[in-house]
Amino acid sequence: MAKTQIHTSMTHTGSITSYIIGFVLSVALTLGAYYLVVNHVLDGTKLLATIVGLAIAQLIVQLIFFLHMNKEAKPRWNLMVFSFMVLVVFIVVIGSIWVMYNLDYNMMPKEELEQHMIHESEKGF
Amino acid sequence: MSQHALVVKDKTLSGFWAYLMTDLVLFATLFATYGVLRNNIANGPSGKDIFDMPFVLVETMLLLTSSFTAGLAMIALHRRQAKTMVMLLLATFALGAGFLGMELYEFNHLVHEGHSWRESAFLSAFFTLVGTHGLHILVGLVWLSVLFGQLIKKGITEHTERRLLLFSMFWHFLDIVWIFIFTFVYLVGVM
Repeated sequence: MAKTQIHTSMTHTGSITSYIIGFVLSVALTLGAYYLVVNHVLDGTKLLATIVGLAIAQLIVQLIFFLHMNKEAKPRWNLMVFSFMVLVVFIVVIGSIWVMYNLDYNMMPKEELEQHMIHESEKGF
Repeated sequence: MSQHALVVKDKTLSGFWAYLMTDLVLFATLFATYGVLRNNIANGPSGKDIFDMPFVLVETMLLLTSSFTAGLAMIALHRRQAKTMVMLLLATFALGAGFLGMELYEFNHLVHEGHSWRESAFLSAFFTLVGTHGLHILVGLVWLSVLFGQLIKKGITEHTERRLLLFSMFWHFLDIVWIFIFTFVYLVGVM
């Protein structure tokens, strides 16, 4: 029907089942990340990568089951705006951290920098 | 609802989505600030010393459940089950208020212990990021109270329905932002 064609994802009301699936998955992902961190199941970078992965998984779960972004009729303007914002967020957050880390590194007091270089060279290649 | 009214509603919801995306950029700048300053603890406490994880987990579950009840309320709205919808919205309000209460308790506790935003760059960034989210939750609760008033006065109309849909989008959005605060501030903080 032509009438339903104009609906974007936001006007689409999901079913009770979709909300329950979204809720259960969100709870599971939250508890999973919590368990991994509190019990030190993995270490360092692996743990960080896993919990970031779980957060992104939960983001996608909620976008689909709570905000029904997959149900939007074409052209998917809301999805396009969202994708662009993800890019902006990525540049702002990662860019800031990257730039400021390098600034910190290059502005280290002389003795501290020497200590740091000794430490780094001891690590070897 | 006429075809025209549907188009208007659709445009309003898309416009509101665009607003939420700009709000996302606001949060991104605060996340970036926090990410840069999180190690600048100025001999004060780090996240590991001050975060009470079981407490934060309960807080997270309250907000997640309130996002869920807000979604169910929209189904009840769609089916014109006014009583069920109001019950679910009251639950959403109570859970949201519980979340905000816990957050204020945490802030009050930290300030009381001498760990206010004045102590280090880390704490300034922490209070700004988490506090801005809390402020959004407060605005959501006020908005929902106003909607309760409108529902009592006017019942479910074209306008109140649209406003309720906008509120539910706002509420789901805040829960999504909280996933990242929970992960990057609290979980990464105690790693």
